[in-house]
Amino acid sequence: MKLHYAWAAIAVIVVTSTAGDVLLSRAMKQVGDVGDRWHRSGLLTVIARVLRNPNFIFGLLAMSAAFYSLLFGLSWGDVSLVAPASASLTFVANAVAARFILHERVDGRRWAAALLVAAGVGMMAL
Amino acid sequence: MFSAAGDSLLSVGMKQIGGISLHHFRHLLLAILNPWVAGGILLLIAFFASYTSALSWADLTYVLPASSLGYVLVAFLARFGLHEQISLNRWMGIALITAGVGIVAGGPSLTHPHLHPPVPDAAPVPSSAASQVEP
Repeated sequence: MKLHYAWAAIAVIVVTSTAGDVLLSRAMKQVGDVGDRWHRSGLLTVIARVLRNPNFIFGLLAMSAAFYSLLFGLSWGDVSLVAPASASLTFVANAVAARFILHERVDGRRWAAALLVAAGVGMMAL
Repeated sequence: MFSAAGDSLLSVGMKQIGGISLHHFRHLLLAILNPWVAGGILLLIAFFASYTSALSWADLTYVLPASSLGYVLVAFLARFGLHEQISLNRWMGIALITAGVGIVAGGPSLTHPHLHPPVPDAAPVPSSAASQVEP
């Protein structure tokens, strides 16, 4: 029963952290190159600009939800299951989301990288 | 040069987060107010700042594998700093992650033909509008 809860938590973590990554990525693309903007208009302006971006706020909320789900998940399952399972599934989910939501050109090279990293993270837990 | 600086910043951030969060997991549920948590939160902010700034100039599918080098750094830190034994599976996992990062790092960091999904007759996007206004 606890194991079901742990897997449910893993699913929630994967969904929320993927949503958070996608929103943050979109927000930061809207803000523009941070280093560039820092040089041109100062750090505080850049920070204010980031914080005013709604995608950033929602992304942050999604990330917080992911973090709390991780804490819940850890109370139901082992660290060695919950942490790597959610991390490696998030890599794959993110590649899919980046392709279809952010319209990044996820070529063979990037799919391979996402799968290799996901497999590597999974393997480190064995 | 900026990308190298950003990447190293990111991996240092990840390494510290990874190292701290082990303590995090154990102690956070028991005691919210302990020095590890305060340190962890500071490092988390540092990591988050580097992560978001990397996202400002690179694809998500580039930044994510790159930041997973943090796992590798944690393993090396554990092996040579804390003298932990690392199993064969772990070394193989490290090799897989490194290969993945190597593959993605060989390609372009940004593939966006446009920054937004093509929405017909959308209002002017904030980023392009503001960048025209700024000096």
